[in-house]
Amino acid sequence: MSATLVAAPSRAAGRHTGVRRARARRVLYWIATHAVAVALTIAFAGPLVFVLLTAVMSDNQALTDELWPHTWNWANFADVFARSPILVWLRNTMIYAGLGTLFTLLSSVPVAYALARFRFPGRRLAFLLVITMMMLPPQVIAVPIYLIWARMDLTGTLWPLVLPMLLGDAFSIFLLRQFLLTIPRDYTDAARVDGCSDLRTLVRVILPMARPAIAATALFQFFYCWNDYYGPLLYAGENWTLSVGLASFKALHSVQWNLTMAATLLVMAPVIIVFFFAQKVFIEGVTLTGVKG
Amino acid sequence: MAVIPLRRREGLKALLWLSPWLAGFGVFFAYPLLATVYFSFFKYDLFSLSFTGLDNYAYFLKDDRAWISIRNTAWLVVVMVPAQVLFALGVAQLVTRLKAGVGFFRTVFYLPSLIPVTAGTVAFVFLMNPATGPVNRILGLAGVQGPDWFGDKDWSKPGLTLLAMWGVGNLMVIFLAALLDVPRHLYEAAAIDGAGAWRQFRSITLPTIRPVLMFSAVTGVIYTLQYFTQAMIAARVASGTTDAPGTAFTPGYPEMSTLTLPQWLFQTGFRDYTMGYACVLALVLFAASLVFTLILLRQFRGFEEVAS
Repeated sequence: MSATLVAAPSRAAGRHTGVRRARARRVLYWIATHAVAVALTIAFAGPLVFVLLTAVMSDNQALTDELWPHTWNWANFADVFARSPILVWLRNTMIYAGLGTLFTLLSSVPVAYALARFRFPGRRLAFLLVITMMMLPPQVIAVPIYLIWARMDLTGTLWPLVLPMLLGDAFSIFLLRQFLLTIPRDYTDAARVDGCSDLRTLVRVILPMARPAIAATALFQFFYCWNDYYGPLLYAGENWTLSVGLASFKALHSVQWNLTMAATLLVMAPVIIVFFFAQKVFIEGVTLTGVKG
Repeated sequence: MAVIPLRRREGLKALLWLSPWLAGFGVFFAYPLLATVYFSFFKYDLFSLSFTGLDNYAYFLKDDRAWISIRNTAWLVVVMVPAQVLFALGVAQLVTRLKAGVGFFRTVFYLPSLIPVTAGTVAFVFLMNPATGPVNRILGLAGVQGPDWFGDKDWSKPGLTLLAMWGVGNLMVIFLAALLDVPRHLYEAAAIDGAGAWRQFRSITLPTIRPVLMFSAVTGVIYTLQYFTQAMIAARVASGTTDAPGTAFTPGYPEMSTLTLPQWLFQTGFRDYTMGYACVLALVLFAASLVFTLILLRQFRGFEEVAS
C-alpha cells in the first residue's frame, strides 16, 4: 500500500519490496488458514480417536484417566458380542432400516414425481403440506398414533416403525421433488410424444436420470432408521435396536468404558464404511436439501 | 372450453398418484392432530377415557416440570442454534479459503454429522466424564480444572451444545455450496474498490447467502424444538440407568437440567400413561413449531416467486 507513496527514484525498488511483502502476506495467510484447519481437524477427529484408544484398553486401565493404551486388547470387540445380544439388536436394526428404506422409496418416488411434473389445482398447497409434515415434531401427534397401533395390538413390534413408510415420507418426497424439478421438461415431453404412459415415463426416462437423488434418499432414510432412538424406544418394546441397546449398554452389562466404547465403535462402523464408499452421494444430497424451493 | 376437461383429467391423475401420500396425510397427520386436541380435554390412561374439561390445562399451568422443560428447550433454541449456525458458517468460510487438502478437510469436518446420535452421545459422555475422560485430562494438562459436564446441572447443556457443534457437518456442506455460488467477480470488483475482507463479507457474501442462512436457522430452531435423543441418552448414560422394562428413570439428569419438552411429553404420555395431559404438552410443542414452520413457508413462497 505504502509502495505507491515512495518517491520516483526508488520506485522500482519500492515495487520490488511491495511484491515481496504481498507474497510474504500470502504465505502467512496460507499458514494461518491451514493451521486453523489442522486445529479443527483435531477437534473433529479427536473424539473418534479417543473412542478407539479407550476401546482397546484393558479393564484396569479403563479405570484410569490415561490416554494411551498400554496393551492393545482387540479382544474387547469380541467381548461385546459375547456379553450383549448385539447381534439381535443388529438384526432388528437391519429389519427396520431395510424395510423402512424400501417402503419409503416405493411410496415416495411416485408422489415426488407427481408434485414435480403434473399441473393440477392445489399443487402448491400439496407441496406446502409436505413441508409442514416434514417440520412437525413427531412427538406432537404421538399419542393418537400410539393408540392406533395399540388398538391393532402392534405395539411391542417393529411394524409401527416401518408400515407408515408405505404411505410416503415427507422428507424423502421433498428431497426427490427438488431433484426432479431440475430435469428439463423436454425429456418427459419427448417421451409423451412417443406415446409413453406416465408410469412408463417415470420408470424408463425419469428413474435412470434421478439415480443420484434416489441413492441419496435411500442412504438418508437408511441412516435415519439406523440412528433412530425415539421410534424404537416408543414402539419396539423388547425388540431393541442398536441405538436403544447402546444407550443402556454400560449400565445394563455393568462394564467399563472400554467395552462401552468398543460397542459404540461397532455401531458407528457401518455408517463410516458406507460413507467412504458413497461420499459423493451424501454431499450432493445434503446440498440439495439446503437450497431453494 | 376444451382446457377444463384436460385440467380436470390432470387433477384426477394427480389425485391417483398422490393417493398413498394423501392417505398418509389423513391417518398420520390430520387425524392425530385433531385427536390430540380432543384427548386434551380427557383423562386418558390407555384403558379408560373420562371427560375432565380444562383440568389438564389447569394442571399444565402449575406443573413445574413442564415449565422447566420449556425453559430448557428455549435455552437450546437461543444458544445451541446460533452456535451451530455461526460455527458451520465459519468452518465453511475457512474451507473456501484453503488451497491444499480441501477434500480431506471437508471430509473430516463432515464425517461426525453422520455418526449415529446414540453413539455420538455415548462417546461424548465418556470423553467428558470427570473421572477418566480425556477432555478434562487434557484441560488439566493445560492447568484448567474441567467441570463435571453431564453430571453438573450448569454444564450439561453446554456439553450438549459442544456435541451439537461437533455434528455440524450437514450445515457446513450446505453453507459451502452457497458460498461457492457467490459470483467471484463481485469480490474482485469490491477488492478493486478497496473493500476489506470484513466489508466484502458483509456487503457481498451475507446478502447472497442470506436465504440459505435463514432457511438453516429456521429449520435448526424447528429441529431443536424436537430435541430428545441426545438429552435423554446423555442423562441415561451419565446417571447409569437403562431402558430395561421396569426400571425407574426420571429424565433430565442432573437435576432436570436436560429435561426438554418432548422428553417430558414422552414421560407423561408413555411412561406415566397420563395421555390426556401429554396431549396438552403436545399442543404447546405444536404451537411453537407452527410459528417457525409458517416463517419457513413464507420463505418458500418468496423462493417460488423469484423462481417463476
